[in-house]
Amino acid sequence: MITIARLTIGEAARRRVLWILVILALIAVGITGWGVDRLVTLARANGTPEIQIQLGVSQILIFIAFQFSFVLAMTAAFLGAPAIAGDLESGIALALLARPLRRTSYLLGRWLGLALVLVAYGAGEALLAIFVVSRVSGYTPPAVLLPIVYLAAEGLVVLTLSLLLSTRLPPIGAGAIAVVAFGLAWMAGAIERVGIAIAAHNPGVNLEIVGQVGRTVLPPDGLWRGVIYGLEPGIVIAASNGNPLAEANPFFAASPPTLGFLAWAVAWVILVTLVAAFSLRRREL
Amino acid sequence: MSDASTPVIDVVDLRKRYGRVEALAGLTMTVQPGEVFGFLGPNGAGKTTTVKLLLGLARPTGGRGTLLGAPLGDREARRRVGYLPELFRFQPWLRAREVLVLHADLIGLPSSGRARMFADTLELVGLADRAATAIGGFSKGMQQRLGLGVALLGDPALVILDEPTSALDPIGRMDVRGILRTARDRGAAIFLNSHLLSEVEQVCDRVAIVDRGRVVAEGTLAEVLGEQETRIRCEGLAPAGLAALEVFGSPRVEGQDLVFIGLVPDRIPDLVAALVGMGVRVHAVSSGRESLEQRFLELVGHRPEASEAAA
Repeated sequence: MITIARLTIGEAARRRVLWILVILALIAVGITGWGVDRLVTLARANGTPEIQIQLGVSQILIFIAFQFSFVLAMTAAFLGAPAIAGDLESGIALALLARPLRRTSYLLGRWLGLALVLVAYGAGEALLAIFVVSRVSGYTPPAVLLPIVYLAAEGLVVLTLSLLLSTRLPPIGAGAIAVVAFGLAWMAGAIERVGIAIAAHNPGVNLEIVGQVGRTVLPPDGLWRGVIYGLEPGIVIAASNGNPLAEANPFFAASPPTLGFLAWAVAWVILVTLVAAFSLRRREL
Repeated sequence: MSDASTPVIDVVDLRKRYGRVEALAGLTMTVQPGEVFGFLGPNGAGKTTTVKLLLGLARPTGGRGTLLGAPLGDREARRRVGYLPELFRFQPWLRAREVLVLHADLIGLPSSGRARMFADTLELVGLADRAATAIGGFSKGMQQRLGLGVALLGDPALVILDEPTSALDPIGRMDVRGILRTARDRGAAIFLNSHLLSEVEQVCDRVAIVDRGRVVAEGTLAEVLGEQETRIRCEGLAPAGLAALEVFGSPRVEGQDLVFIGLVPDRIPDLVAALVGMGVRVHAVSSGRESLEQRFLELVGHRPEASEAAA
């Protein structure tokens, strides 16, 4: 497993994937820092109260995190999708799996190597973005590490799904399905939040089930709520005061993910990895 | 798991079905330690399927078998098997030496002596000056040479080669024959799946011809090709003289030719002397056995794919 993980990381470095990700991250953080700096400078010049500026920056940071979570999900999907399927299609897997290498070890090695690359990229860029925004605006989220952990976990969920798909589908198909599934899961969460707002005035309407099913089938939306919760200032949560209309905002979370959900997210990754291992073991080469 | 007398490959009634297609229909064969075994057959005969079943890359739907004395696909047995797949590619971003390192890690070879082993292996397959070259820049022939080196890494007890010379030029093929003989001299059994009948004829101790998922002939080349045929073009042989020649075997007359089957080459001068002594005029003498290509075509028929395989 370690040999394959090392091979996977080496592949990402040698094929310039890692370096392209680093360059993209630096560009993204640079643009973010420049943009926030400009906005904050203008706002201060216009005499906007500091509390309002801080709230605005927190919302901008959440919006940037939202976009980055999509980028990270797509990165996870397109790193994971060819990892197994590409080796199977090219015949690389024949030479590897004829060795005394368990297919499960091969799969776990692929997962571990890609997970390390993905987490290094996701956490690195997120940490850098928070640091730069904090330097130029003075706003530091109440929790720095927690939203980064949730963001990385989102990426790991998509990576795990794409690896499962990669054991049976061609690379493009596996990647596309993983991205679409991620988008659908996020939409299910958005529908749930709109449903909560509607249900406040129309008790008969129950759209929460959509989000609950979505989170159970694919956990990224629930983890995304954890990212928001960590990035938003406590004053926003206090101001919403359980207002269902605030819940309808896809960039607001009144509470962090429950322990039960987090346990399920971990179990989901383990279960899907086991299914992927089973799928690969049963695959005829 | 296995000793010197245990067959390296022993399969009985091996079957494999892909949906409605029967790729193997009861394949039975045995490969002994230290022998070079040629596995021949037309396209679609089940050769690559057999290799995949031996290595556990696919599962049989029937029959049984062992590889180095262990059940097919056994992980520990695979540690002592080198394999060169027919359609394969190494990671194009790796350098030649790094491929050897990767496979040495996967086999679990000790780290001591590796540098020497890698240098020797690259030297053996003619890639000593390409150790630091990325495989992405290799020709197909160079990849095949490297694949052969990878298959021979760690002195395996069994080397399975699926069309090892398909991308090589005649010099490369000659090199490979030398490499296979070296590996055999080190004690490895070699399972050679090849379309190139002349190649098989030159290096194999025994062969099996497979057609439609079954072995239709198996044995030493002499057993598969039949006995020596001696053909004498002559004139003036009387019927009484023909009877007198039966001390050399059972002669058969084919036009102007007198044909003896199974005559040992040492007795040919005596036969010619006897004919001349009878006043027969001898024009030409030829001796040989049926070529593997002729035998192959006889056994698998003249289907287009069989002819292609024999080409």
